[in-house]
Amino acid sequence: MKTMLNVALPKGRLGEKVYAMFEKSGFECPSIKENNRKLIFENEEIGVRYFWVKPSDVAIYVERGAADIGVAGKDILLEYTPDVYELLDLNLGKCKMAVAAKADFRDDKQRTLKVATKFTNIAQQHYLSKGRDIDIIHLNGSIEIAPILGLSDVIVDIVETGTTLKENNLEVKETIVPISARLISNKTSYKFKSELINKIVTEISALLEA
Amino acid sequence: MNKNEMNLNFNEEVVFKLRSLFEKYGFSQYKMNKFEEYDLYARNKDFLISDSVITFTDTNGKLMALKPDVTLSIIKNTDDLPTTLQKVYYNENVYRIAKGTNTFKEIMQVGLECFGDIDSYRISEVITLACKSLTSISDASVLDISHLGIINGVCDSFNIPSYAKKEIFKYISEKNTHELNSLCNKLDLNEENAETLKALASISGKADMVIPYLCELLDGIIDKELLSDFNNILNSLNDEIKEMVRIDFSVVSDTHFYNAIVFKGFINGVPVSVLSGGQYDKLLQKMKRKSGAIGFAVYLDALDRLVEVKKEYDVDTVIVYDNNTDLAVLSNKVQEIQKNGQSVFACKVIPSELKYRELLKLTD
Repeated sequence: MKTMLNVALPKGRLGEKVYAMFEKSGFECPSIKENNRKLIFENEEIGVRYFWVKPSDVAIYVERGAADIGVAGKDILLEYTPDVYELLDLNLGKCKMAVAAKADFRDDKQRTLKVATKFTNIAQQHYLSKGRDIDIIHLNGSIEIAPILGLSDVIVDIVETGTTLKENNLEVKETIVPISARLISNKTSYKFKSELINKIVTEISALLEA
Repeated sequence: MNKNEMNLNFNEEVVFKLRSLFEKYGFSQYKMNKFEEYDLYARNKDFLISDSVITFTDTNGKLMALKPDVTLSIIKNTDDLPTTLQKVYYNENVYRIAKGTNTFKEIMQVGLECFGDIDSYRISEVITLACKSLTSISDASVLDISHLGIINGVCDSFNIPSYAKKEIFKYISEKNTHELNSLCNKLDLNEENAETLKALASISGKADMVIPYLCELLDGIIDKELLSDFNNILNSLNDEIKEMVRIDFSVVSDTHFYNAIVFKGFINGVPVSVLSGGQYDKLLQKMKRKSGAIGFAVYLDALDRLVEVKKEYDVDTVIVYDNNTDLAVLSNKVQEIQKNGQSVFACKVIPSELKYRELLKLTD
């Protein structure tokens, strides 16, 4: 039986763009375009098996070896810090991790800064590097309303266009790091399936540079 | 009694093989206490994989810890004899926080350490043992070897400030050439130097292919002797071992403790590295010792993925008896079945979850 390369793709629009990239690079799997509820698709001929997973879970699938390679946002990689190789920046899903607050916010350094975020680790590392004392408030969604209701002074979140912030009278105060989709590989898979993984990296790099 | 007769499970079999392998090379077992004074770990926290340690106060008031690591204890409890050689191996449980959870896990670790005069032969011997340890688990295995002295030498030659070195090491460990490129731009490194760092991050191959490439790539950048020593050690390995070894600079260990050669072992089918080691003279220097040191550990908990034991039955035969069953008959029947090499479970009521092949009733 042919060894298959398992590829975890993030469900949704980003995943579709990523698959298009794989397809253009010669790693197509026509069944993926069929309109059904299947989550796993394979092209035995070229030895590739794709599966759709929740974007935030891609890194876990790859780190734990259920997927050999996958595409995950830099935000997830920074937050979860999986032990994987980060082989390519796909320049897709570009946005930034930023600190936002009400327009009239002024940081009073004598007080502990209350930070609401879904990205606890990124926020902690950012303020640790500045030596700023913070109180992290972990939220799972609707982060933007935290400063409005006085739950936090600032938020740390992904900003794409800034429209949601604007509509909630918030503005970006500081950019922490630019975010985009990255091609990651499980370290063991890289040792034993290096030929195919390197071929994919080379082909997609060429596509990105074209 | 051989190991088959002892009915060993997979991990026990691996321990058995490794112990026998290490003893063949003159290593003697080091047995240690379950507990160690917490102070030892507090002083060397950065050396530990996770900095959380299970502590308790002993009856004499001393703060003690359940070992999160074996190496520190061995160093502390062995003499500093820099001109001779001490070779020990261990087979111990350590207690660490599992990644992604906030709970401690007991991890079985087998490994070896050499202290004293660590020459090229010793390094070559330990690399050989690391490879043989991997093949005793699976034939589909590789050992990635890196040299921290080479990466450090390149960084120094490019005048990379110490605050950025940590990031360079991190990106090399991730084979992350795009972030490495951005960092080089930030540091105003010229294109040629940036390309050299990116090439180091991407390298992964057998020594006979990589060394000539490195000689060319790093010509005039690092001390030639460093590369030649590295080459001599790798050249001294026998052909079988050479086949398994890959030069890959993504193996990066903490440079505060490790120096020169570091390595990691991978087995096909196990998603994480199962073996990790290297030269750690700097840790010994921190502990005010003059000896050199090299060693490695094999993480047995990682091997769970290799064995998929799907037992169809919990037991071969279930014997059901009641209060009227003659005990001598029951006992003889149990022994008779066991003599045939089968397992037996005698009971009055069969547990609902128990799966068995045969049922024998000794009831009226």
